[in-house]
Amino acid sequence: MGMEKEVLKIEHIHKKFDDLTVLEDVSLTVHEGEIIVIVGPSGCGKSTFLRCLNGLEEINEGHIYIDEEPVNPAGKNITKIRERIGMVFQSYDLFPHKTILENVCLAPVKVQKRKKDEVKEEALKLLERVGLSAKVNSFPRQLSGGQKQRVAIVRALIMHPEVLLFDEVTAALDPEMVREVLDVMLDLAKQKRTMLIVTHEMAFARAVADRVIFLDGGHIVEDADPKQFFDSPKTDRAKKFLSTFEFEEK
Amino acid sequence: MFDQKTIEMLLIGIKDTLYMTIVSTFFGYVLGLPFGIVLNVTRKKGLHPNRVIYGIGDFVCNIVRSIPFLILLILLIPFTRFVVGKSYGSTATIVPLVICSAPYIARVVESSLNEVDEGVIEAAKAMGAGTWQIIFKVLLVEARVSLFTGAVITTGLLLGYSAMSGTVGGGGLGDIAVRYGYYRWQADIMIVTVVLLIIIFQVIQNVGMHFSTRIDHRKK
Repeated sequence: MGMEKEVLKIEHIHKKFDDLTVLEDVSLTVHEGEIIVIVGPSGCGKSTFLRCLNGLEEINEGHIYIDEEPVNPAGKNITKIRERIGMVFQSYDLFPHKTILENVCLAPVKVQKRKKDEVKEEALKLLERVGLSAKVNSFPRQLSGGQKQRVAIVRALIMHPEVLLFDEVTAALDPEMVREVLDVMLDLAKQKRTMLIVTHEMAFARAVADRVIFLDGGHIVEDADPKQFFDSPKTDRAKKFLSTFEFEEK
Repeated sequence: MFDQKTIEMLLIGIKDTLYMTIVSTFFGYVLGLPFGIVLNVTRKKGLHPNRVIYGIGDFVCNIVRSIPFLILLILLIPFTRFVVGKSYGSTATIVPLVICSAPYIARVVESSLNEVDEGVIEAAKAMGAGTWQIIFKVLLVEARVSLFTGAVITTGLLLGYSAMSGTVGGGGLGDIAVRYGYYRWQADIMIVTVVLLIIIFQVIQNVGMHFSTRIDHRKK
């Protein structure tokens, strides 16, 4: 690392909800092609952190830059910046009255003003890649949770974002559907996409991450490579957190 | 049962009633739809919260809605005369109908738009959609079933209100019911007009609901 371009630069950000401090002095630099997995206990600020990165939440202090350009939710160019940062949510949030194809094509056609035919062709290719060719004309209600989430990932991908944010995208899924979504993400990892992933799937985190960030109490407590973090965490807080995923044998 | 003249009068009454109902619903939406969008966008959790604009809109909405229609009808006579040139007849009735329905429609539209899932709006934001794009491509599209149902209910309401205007010479079936049923004690004509109003209402309601299920993609 270090040679690649710095895509995202987060400098000393603070985030408060009224009196509650959610993020305190968080800094992070993300390089092109890097896959960062963010783990931590519930309420540690993981989701808020991701939401700050594309300006869905306003930060109280600090700076966020994407390719040197500041991310400012009140700024005029915030929509342009958001186009460059794809985000996938826990609750899929597909448009219920639009077909799968319409869901995927809406933003590139209406927001990016790209040609309809060209977008459609790309959408079909991407949907095929995630195994959903048969569903292009279905409506979201006709899909399973795992299928909906794969559509949501395609919907983010078709915008050609420089960074992809995944906010607990498998947390609402039945166990047997988790895998199909994680496989899509592993495929993206192979393509060397820049990704920030918030997840509770520890085995997946270990397999996919270049770096693991352990967030607790609004701070980055550890920033390590996955092997080191999972095998020999430095802090007691990380040890305690990881131990909640283990079970002693009878 | 009725002579040719009475039947003709009833037919004209139907035509006038439909004319008042449809035209006033249309112009009610011309005013009420943007008004409702403004209320939704400027509310506390809206796309662009603005306490002043929301406060004024909210206040105007409530004031107009709290005036009973019959009173509004009389109150607006000078204004109606100014707009249409006379204060009686079906065209004149459209003026108070529109004034009365616009804030009501604004509320119906506002609450329909409020129902759109916040997550979906957030997803649109995250894709870089601007406020206008979110309003026209997401809010209005995703709220369409509720918006349409609201329009059907509003049309039914205006049908009733148009009949009420009969008491002050408004024209249409309500006018006939008042003149023949109330002033001349001709119960048969009154009953016929009531039956006709019921039939028109049923048609509006059933056709409306039929279409509203057809445009709903959320459930089977």
